[in-house]
Amino acid sequence: MPAAVQQSKAAYDIIRERFGEAVSECDANPTMPFFEVADTSKWADIALFMRDDSRLKFNYMACLSGVDYMEQGQLGIVCNLESIGGPTHKIAVKVKCARDGGSIPSVSCVWHTANWHEREAYDMYGMTFEGHPDHRRILCPEDWTGFPLRKDYQVQETYHGIKVPY
Amino acid sequence: MGLLDARISNRNVLVTSVDNVMNWARLSSLWPMGFGLACCAIEMMATNASNYDLERFGIFPRSSPRQSDLMIVAGTVTMKMAEKVVTLYEQMPEPRYVLSMGSCSNCGGPYWNHGYHVLKGVDRVIPVDVYVPGCPPRPEALIGGLLKIQELVRMEGIGVSRQEALKKLAEKSVDPQQVIGQARKATA
Repeated sequence: MPAAVQQSKAAYDIIRERFGEAVSECDANPTMPFFEVADTSKWADIALFMRDDSRLKFNYMACLSGVDYMEQGQLGIVCNLESIGGPTHKIAVKVKCARDGGSIPSVSCVWHTANWHEREAYDMYGMTFEGHPDHRRILCPEDWTGFPLRKDYQVQETYHGIKVPY
Repeated sequence: MGLLDARISNRNVLVTSVDNVMNWARLSSLWPMGFGLACCAIEMMATNASNYDLERFGIFPRSSPRQSDLMIVAGTVTMKMAEKVVTLYEQMPEPRYVLSMGSCSNCGGPYWNHGYHVLKGVDRVIPVDVYVPGCPPRPEALIGGLLKIQELVRMEGIGVSRQEALKKLAEKSVDPQQVIGQARKATA
């Protein structure tokens, strides 16, 4: 196991010890080690713990992406978290929710980076981020219909009287 | 071609038509609106700058639609931007001209199929006089388009509608391949 993956695994073990069954097993792949949050409602607590625990110090959110798991009827996010400034380690966290009307706790109060990233995930996939301070679309017009990066997305015929498809 | 090329004699008196004078004045100071939407705008700015020097044609960008004769739609028009483009167009005083620069604003370009957010051609919201193909077009191509606008102005006159002027322009079109061939022969 490469040293970087071992560091990620060590960080995961600390989280697992604190949260137990609320997090899934660690997938210690060499590309990007990750774990899944099994209990979505605990996500904000886990995030705060990951940022503030002196052994973890995940002080940098590198990215937050959205995913559409259409076959499972779920939407999800993938957060790439890193600790910088001291001994560097990183890990990815996956959080999922129901595809229709599902919600994920917002972590924009933990990492300010998440504010706009969550807005973008909402804009493209349509999951709700509970407790987000500014829950609006970020790229599409505010009165746009549908969520463009969902796998079953069909573009609307007209927007304000202008034909949209080619 | 131009008025100043005509020989002026007899105490600086020049007999010509009002149409000629007006058209000459207008085509010699085409002021485009200074706005760009994507990478085409970079080429447009390069065309404005010293290497290609649009000011030799009397063309230089204005920062208000109220002072502009020409709108160069340089880049990708998103659905969000489309209505703003219409607003800007409506604020321009007549007679006004629109040059659509590059594939995106001509027809949606690379976003024609999967680009849910892109207007598939700016001519869906405002009338376009000249289309310049390219992705993005080189400054020479943009200059070619601007010269086409100047030709269009030359076709206009009192009581001549824009449609008639565009029709006259289309009838008068020359095959560029011949001109290019001549230029190549001259430099060879």
